[in-house]
Amino acid sequence: MNQQAFKSRSELRAWTDNAVTALSILATVVVIIPLLAIFGYLIYKGASSLNLAFFTQIPKPVGESGGGMANAIVGSAILLLEASAIGIPIGIGGGVFLAEFGRGTKLANAIRFTADVLNGVPSIVMGIAIYSLIVVPQHHFSGFAGGVALGIMMIPTVSRTTEEMLLMVPHAVREAALGLGVPNWRSVLSITLKTASPGIITGCMLAFARVAGETAPLLFTALGNSFWSTSLNQPMAALPLQIFVFAISPYDDWHRLAWAGALVLILLITLAVSLVRYVTSRGVLKGAS
Amino acid sequence: MGVRIDVTNLNAWYGTNHTLQDITLNIPANHATALIGPSGCGKSTFVRCLNRMHETNPIARVTGTVRIGELDIYNDAKPVQVRRRVGMVFQRPNPFPTMSIYDNVASGLKLNGYANRRVLDEIVEKSLKNSALWDEVKDDLKKKSGASLSGGQQQRLCIARALAVDPEVLLMDEPASALDPVSTSKIEDLIFQLKSQYTIVIVTHNMQQAARVAEKTGFFLNGRMVEFDSTHKIFTNPSDKRTEDYITGRFG
Repeated sequence: MNQQAFKSRSELRAWTDNAVTALSILATVVVIIPLLAIFGYLIYKGASSLNLAFFTQIPKPVGESGGGMANAIVGSAILLLEASAIGIPIGIGGGVFLAEFGRGTKLANAIRFTADVLNGVPSIVMGIAIYSLIVVPQHHFSGFAGGVALGIMMIPTVSRTTEEMLLMVPHAVREAALGLGVPNWRSVLSITLKTASPGIITGCMLAFARVAGETAPLLFTALGNSFWSTSLNQPMAALPLQIFVFAISPYDDWHRLAWAGALVLILLITLAVSLVRYVTSRGVLKGAS
Repeated sequence: MGVRIDVTNLNAWYGTNHTLQDITLNIPANHATALIGPSGCGKSTFVRCLNRMHETNPIARVTGTVRIGELDIYNDAKPVQVRRRVGMVFQRPNPFPTMSIYDNVASGLKLNGYANRRVLDEIVEKSLKNSALWDEVKDDLKKKSGASLSGGQQQRLCIARALAVDPEVLLMDEPASALDPVSTSKIEDLIFQLKSQYTIVIVTHNMQQAARVAEKTGFFLNGRMVEFDSTHKIFTNPSDKRTEDYITGRFG
């Protein structure tokens, strides 16, 4: 090959390299724009209605101005705690079974398939299912039923990410534990799960953030509540429900509160996820992978 | 102290693949024994049968008798009991990535429910000294992850981890093949020191390494043991033509 051809080829390569880099930067920007746009618009519409009353008062009756969403914020927190208490342990347990104890068995394949289907079930269907399983027999709407609906929705995401993360733990690490005479169950709990924990926590946070914004499963279960109630046996307010009710109302005042509610919902989810990240990353050692 | 290993008519399979055929072998206590042979000859499978790691693969199967000291490991013991007496060091260093250096060494004891703080401290220090790693890590024991060390240090950490449970036998499956020459010579020095206290079985592709560290050497070929004798005899005057061909580099 002569010198000239070589030079032009290397120029072509450099040009291609630059073009691909530029394209990937462009793609990243395109991904981020909607996120920033939504967030910016929420701040623009909602920030002006945020005040102390928003966090301390319950909604005022129609016609009175002011009021807040304190009951919905607390209600959402309770519902999400209940959902996490149901969805995270069951999801992680299922993921451990899929990846460690049941790997390759028919039962595991059936569970994995079911989890994938469950993941695809529309959330309104989940609401109706819990309505007929819990609300109808109890003859009343309740926060408890809402938490169950959200919790069940978390299970497939948590269990599939747990499985994926466990499978990514190198075989050598498992062998090291077995080679020390550690029983398999102990090795799974103390070594494999721990090694995979950053990814599993991410999966739990994803599931949490997803159900935190769900409205449909709560429509027939937690129902919503205009008054203070922290009882799981009573209908319970939740931010998405309150936003929904206010947003479709004909009152400008309520529209502004709905915007503020949406902003607060996103901020609280971000806060919760960041807090978990901070707490779980504190114990990580220098150089740990 | 180390114990002798007596292997009688050992056969092993992966699925339908008969990877070890009728191995009978007596490995002396408190010596280093090297196993050499081309890739796929069954030497790794053989050491994995000595601590029942072979059977962790669901399609694997074993027949025959292996005695570690007086213990018939396939008939009189559970795999976890066997593995506490027979330590193993793998080809690639495999420290637990989320654990500190200290916890890596203590892991065998801690995970088996042993928790006396003071005794653990002593064992960790002793094991790290035995694996010639103490001076390099003593200031970062609980600060740094085992994964933050260099490859050679990680491998010595894995040796310390294996020693901490006080085994009678130490199996080493190509312990230096992923390391640079300096780290390799440190591992070899270590084997030299450790063999007075432990029975060491080392698989290696490096024939000089076998000659340097081991009193006895076995040559494996196609799942059979061709020859087992003193290292000196194997490398200077082997009885079998195939051994001679292999060590002189005519095949493999």
